[in-house]
Amino acid sequence: MNPSAVTSKTHQTQSGHANARQWWSVARRFNTVAILIVLVIAASFVSSDFFSVPNLSNISRQVAGVGIMSVGMLLVVLTGGIDLSVGSIAALGSVLSAMLIPQYGLSVALLATLVVGGFCGFLSGALIAWFRLTPFVVTLAMMTIARGVAMIISNGSPILVDDPGQALLDFGRHSYFGVPGPTLVMLIVFVIGAVALNWLRAGRVVRAIGSNEEAVRLSGVPVARHVLGTYVSSGLLAALAGIISTSRAGVGAPTVGVGDELTVIAAVVIGGASLAGGKGGTVNTLMGVLILGVIGNIMNLASVPGYHQQVVMGVIIVAAVLSQRGARFWRR
Amino acid sequence: MIPFIALTGVDKRFGGIHAIEDVSFDVLSGEVHALVGENGAGKSTLMRIIGGGHQPDAGTIKVEGREISFRNPHAAMAEGIAVIHQETALAPDLSVAENVFLGALPTVIDWRSLRTNAHELIASLGFDIDPAALVETLSTAQCQVIEIAKALSGQVKLLVLDEPTAALAPSDANKLLEIVRRLRSRGVGIVYISHRLEEVFAIADRITVLKDGKRVDTLKPAAVTMDELIRKMVGRPLSVLFPERHATLGAEVLKVTGLVRGHAVRNVSFTLRAGEVVGLGGLIGSGRTEVARLIFGADMRDSGTIELNQQLLAIRSPMAAVKAGIGFVPEDRKGQGAVLSMPIRVNATLASLKSVSRPGGFLAFGRERAFVAKLMEQLRIKARSMDADVSTLSGGNQQKVVLAKWFHANGDLIILDEPTRGVDVGAKVEIYTLINQLAERGKAVLVISSEHQELMGLCDRILVMGEGEIRGELRPADFSEEQILALSLRRVPDEAPAALIH
Repeated sequence: MNPSAVTSKTHQTQSGHANARQWWSVARRFNTVAILIVLVIAASFVSSDFFSVPNLSNISRQVAGVGIMSVGMLLVVLTGGIDLSVGSIAALGSVLSAMLIPQYGLSVALLATLVVGGFCGFLSGALIAWFRLTPFVVTLAMMTIARGVAMIISNGSPILVDDPGQALLDFGRHSYFGVPGPTLVMLIVFVIGAVALNWLRAGRVVRAIGSNEEAVRLSGVPVARHVLGTYVSSGLLAALAGIISTSRAGVGAPTVGVGDELTVIAAVVIGGASLAGGKGGTVNTLMGVLILGVIGNIMNLASVPGYHQQVVMGVIIVAAVLSQRGARFWRR
Repeated sequence: MIPFIALTGVDKRFGGIHAIEDVSFDVLSGEVHALVGENGAGKSTLMRIIGGGHQPDAGTIKVEGREISFRNPHAAMAEGIAVIHQETALAPDLSVAENVFLGALPTVIDWRSLRTNAHELIASLGFDIDPAALVETLSTAQCQVIEIAKALSGQVKLLVLDEPTAALAPSDANKLLEIVRRLRSRGVGIVYISHRLEEVFAIADRITVLKDGKRVDTLKPAAVTMDELIRKMVGRPLSVLFPERHATLGAEVLKVTGLVRGHAVRNVSFTLRAGEVVGLGGLIGSGRTEVARLIFGADMRDSGTIELNQQLLAIRSPMAAVKAGIGFVPEDRKGQGAVLSMPIRVNATLASLKSVSRPGGFLAFGRERAFVAKLMEQLRIKARSMDADVSTLSGGNQQKVVLAKWFHANGDLIILDEPTRGVDVGAKVEIYTLINQLAERGKAVLVISSEHQELMGLCDRILVMGEGEIRGELRPADFSEEQILALSLRRVPDEAPAALIH
């Protein structure tokens, strides 16, 4: 046999293998999509109402706040950090927007709210990046501080949004091309997040910092500045989530987002991000958000009591994360 | 007399590296047996085998005549073998007494007797240290004493000391030698590893020389002079081919004056010219890496000035150093050099991201791919594609990726810390060629290496460091392994040439 023919043949099968391997690795990278599909199919069996337009748009509206915050959390988690203050900053944002609108008008009020949220993130980020304090502790402190401030300025009670805010309320309740306003904001945030992470220099640096901070530092890249940036983004997006909450409920409430930080972290982790940093992406994070939203919805439709829902949610979070690690675990 | 421990024909490989080859070694009770050799000669591996940290691939270990195989350090400890490593392994937030008895703390602690016992044990070594003091408040010498006391808290019959005096001032070192003598008189066998040959001659009953993983000789100190011992430690044939050099020297690029950082770097001054390759030699821990990190701004200097192209630099961070035109390849490739879990492409452009992005901070992927493709060709990086993670590459290719980071940066100075560590011979030669190319392009290159052959083959000059100082400068005419080793051991050989400045 002609030896060159042999080599070309083995070459072909090899490239065939490589192709299969590539497909497999893509499939594994986005297995969150598969999990979501399975859940959706399961949901359609649980209740025929699941696929109704009002129900689907309801889910997407409900997850908007968590979804917006999860993009900021993803950035923070990619650097190897964590932000426990997002739920509280959302509450501060919710109260602040409702309070400022009557005095300063819609656009100034919303802008100011976002600035305050970003500033909260800046404070945490500065302590973490410059003073080298632990993210967990710093953002835990920010969590109680922001919640406390929200309680103080609102006297602990919800604040009705007055007249100039009508446009905000309309936005929260209307749909655009069939997409509810809050959902639209969430999707835009995800697109911006995806662009920043994959096409911007800063996004690449953030990812690299989580993989090997020292190597990035010794490449002459300003690490602290980028870490700080992720916390500012997270704070700003949390305030945005607070505004969205106000637009949906019509009131700014200091009790908004209690426990949301854990849901957001769960969504990011279900989306395959590693809390050690360096791993995670926007598409998978969105899937994580939707998975949590669909599970909650299924249980509501099946009228599972609230306390039981918490238990089920916890079990499913572990199952989802296990199913991603599963392949690697069995190969060992 | 049956030796306490006897290793016969011990062999150990790590992947392609033959760390220990057919070594026989024994220690009698009440004897100090010194182990000497260059960096990488196999001393640490042999020490770990004795302490149960590594299991030999072949050969036998006998303890008091019984054949034994240690599955882990615990099994060795049960036989009365204690190893004290170079870096102390004490818990800094615990008290002296707790540290001394850490391995054998009772469930309920009787603080008074714990402290009394610790104090007595330390006193028996001739030291007086408050047993209630926190370890983090102690000096390095005191920590060494605690380490030894900790080992003695169990039944110790063999004590392995790895460079116990490396971090000690001379007076403290003498005290430590006194402890070793006391232990010997108590019948404890001691394996003493040290680069300080004066100490070895002062204390050892026998000396074993290791070279390239093999035992060269075992002899009594009276039967050998220090020069003969050094000759036995070095003098291996030129095993690697070094490419020819064509670089021409240009203007002075780097001038370092009076650099100081704690005790690690003491008053270091030198200059570097364009197109020049200068080596920093010396033993591990002699301050070479610290000097590099100070120049690169990775650590802060206590005093001293750094001038680049006749301009005084206020470097306070690696970012400032890179901006000024300095590149740095750190010795710890996995921990500090490469982002292993990211692709070659990302690693290669990490130090020059601005040059592959558009205004507004958007990455220009086309330009980046072209840039990286060219680098991979020039540095002959072998990989499936530029999108392969660096962790999937061989050590040599990983190192080339780290080098690629600086290859086309616009800098004038590049610092390479152990550029060929963990790299096979073929890749070594390629890296040597790249270093020469950098010099030919007019860059000043500072190379740190523990391989003397490498320094002699690559460099125009070698600065030899010891204990944080530059001990001397060697020109090619004076290059020899004996010279480098003698300078780093602070011993000027009898035939010292005039060029040997101190």
